[in-house]
Amino acid sequence: MLSTGTSKPSPKHPRTLFDKIWDRHEIIRNSAGQSLLFIDQHFCHELSFHAFNMLKRRNIKVRHPSRTAAIADHYTPTTGERPENFSSLDRFKLYKTLESNATDHGVEFFGLGDDRRGIIHVVGPEQGLSLPGSTIVCGDSHTATHGGVGALSFGIGASDVSHVLATQTLWQPRPKKMRIKVIGRRPPHVSAKDTILAIISKIGTSGATGHVIEYAGPVISNMSVEERLTVCNMSIEAGARAGMVAPDYTVFEWIAGRPYAPSGQKFSEAIENWQALVTDEDASFDLDVEIDGTNIAPMVSWGTSPEDTLPITGSIPDPQKEPDREKRRALAGKLEYMGLKPGSALMDTPIDCVFIGSCTNSRIQDLREAAAVARGRTAKVRTIVVPGSALIKSQAEKEGLDKIFRMAGFDWRPSAGCSMCVGVNGDLVAPEERCVSTSNRNFRGRQGPRARTHLVGPAMAAAAAVTGRLTDVRKLERL
Amino acid sequence: MEPLVKILAKAVPLKQDNLDTDQILPARFLMMPRDEKYKTYLFRDLSHDENQAIISSFILNQEKFSDARILVAGRNFGCGSSREGAVFALVDSGFRCVIAPSFGDIFYNNSFNNGLLPIILEKQHVEELQNELFLDLNPELLVDLENQIVLHKSGFKTTFDIDPHRRERLLRGLDMIGYTQQYLKETEKFEEQYFLSYPWLSIR
Ligand code: SF4
Repeated sequence: MLSTGTSKPSPKHPRTLFDKIWDRHEIIRNSAGQSLLFIDQHFCHELSFHAFNMLKRRNIKVRHPSRTAAIADHYTPTTGERPENFSSLDRFKLYKTLESNATDHGVEFFGLGDDRRGIIHVVGPEQGLSLPGSTIVCGDSHTATHGGVGALSFGIGASDVSHVLATQTLWQPRPKKMRIKVIGRRPPHVSAKDTILAIISKIGTSGATGHVIEYAGPVISNMSVEERLTVCNMSIEAGARAGMVAPDYTVFEWIAGRPYAPSGQKFSEAIENWQALVTDEDASFDLDVEIDGTNIAPMVSWGTSPEDTLPITGSIPDPQKEPDREKRRALAGKLEYMGLKPGSALMDTPIDCVFIGSCTNSRIQDLREAAAVARGRTAKVRTIVVPGSALIKSQAEKEGLDKIFRMAGFDWRPSAGCSMCVGVNGDLVAPEERCVSTSNRNFRGRQGPRARTHLVGPAMAAAAAVTGRLTDVRKLERL
Repeated sequence: MEPLVKILAKAVPLKQDNLDTDQILPARFLMMPRDEKYKTYLFRDLSHDENQAIISSFILNQEKFSDARILVAGRNFGCGSSREGAVFALVDSGFRCVIAPSFGDIFYNNSFNNGLLPIILEKQHVEELQNELFLDLNPELLVDLENQIVLHKSGFKTTFDIDPHRRERLLRGLDMIGYTQQYLKETEKFEEQYFLSYPWLSIR
């Protein structure tokens, strides 16, 4: 085995999955305990212009252009792949800036009309660019998603992006380690999204601050790769630096044959190596949390933070019952923003629109789950469905999911992108509209000024669409 | 980057917990270039109403706290999206230091890259400090990075922890890329080994 870094851990020292990946990427460690890490894969999107400008000011070229992929996703239209589909000239210019920065530096660009294009956190794994055991960064907080294939993957800011472009490395203090075990068995109709929402509502949005999470336990290892990606995606909403799941045969099989994945002899070698990427029996974590998956129900967020989440059968909390004055005020403020009555049931709250998409829930399995509910029913409110990548779009159309959605009156968008998750491409929720969304953030103004967001999984979103209310998908009448 | 050794400046208490980067810099400003206008985007939707009129009750709009260079914030400040623009907007508005019980990880990281000092203090200390600043007619605070001390004239005094390496960079105003390029040799040697050990990662 290789020895890299200045301090190699003794082989007898039990290590976690995280330790193993970290150690093999450590170039040096300085006296302050910061490690210089080698970065295998970097992704950048339209907002990387700050970082490219920093390079330009210093007249620096990208060190390893083939280790960065430039993918347009945030500002791109969902109504088509042509320049005129952009909702403004500014946005089109931003797109062109990404293209020219990529071209200038010899970085591969996934642009409009390219069937590899889509949301970065969907495309990376889908193309086989995100591999087990690798380090992956992107100037986007949901980069943790790629941990679903067993990578160490995290979001960075613009200065760090320029640093990675210039050096293919990054200085990082070694984070703490946390394990979240989900034991038991996930009940039917409970999705990966419900699982992560339940985790966040339990540990809070700063519950994992400063930590890298390893998700483990039978509920996690029984998940498909798509589901693991969904869970890891929201690690940041729990405050974590990154989230990951030990790679196993489910992952290896999923990766096999993807365009950028290794093949032939190299793939066999890789698998042999990847199999060792598991937490050793006696390795310890700074934090260990256990959750019983058997008790998880379909979840809905009610407030303006992802921790403000309850089972659909729950009721809106009452500020009067909150003893702490500050907290009482904060809670009242949230309910006012959300337009919700204290103590009322979540179920049957009328809604205005539904968004199915985002890097959390726009993969083929998500679309299948949503379509299964939409089939034979009719949307009561405006509902848009945005596939996570061009390939997912084709796959969904091949399976006829687009027809199911259209028949149900859902607006099936032909072009992939972030869309209404953040609204910067122009797909916005109107002020005070109540949107049921499969995205990951329900912050004030996230989906548009004064927009109200309820986070849910894809089947719950479709159930809300066809009833026009917050609905328990388990209670929908069988058709 | 301007070196940061000591700051004696006005400090503004902003009590709200979980102030995320969407509120520090609303998403619609993300595509804006970093020019003179950048500072006007800071806390835009908390400081201005829909008609772009100033909300006078927002604490940063209060006369007493104008020109503040230190922010004393709530728990989990800067959580949410990784946008470094949130730090740009703070720095361009004159802030050099944020004190809070905890920070969003990425925000915390980004701060150092822009000469903004994030200080983590015990929750009760932060609250005590916020209360002093509310009462104080001239809410000045001394942050001494060299000695790792926060001092208020009421007698409030506390030390803080900081990664020594990051402290050094702030004290000297060192740029990160230049610093790392000193390690180019080590990096190249590392890569050679690495690609031999993990050949499937060397292609492309
Ligand atoms: S889909 Fe939403 S959360 Fe994901 S990268 Fe795009 S904007 Fe960010």
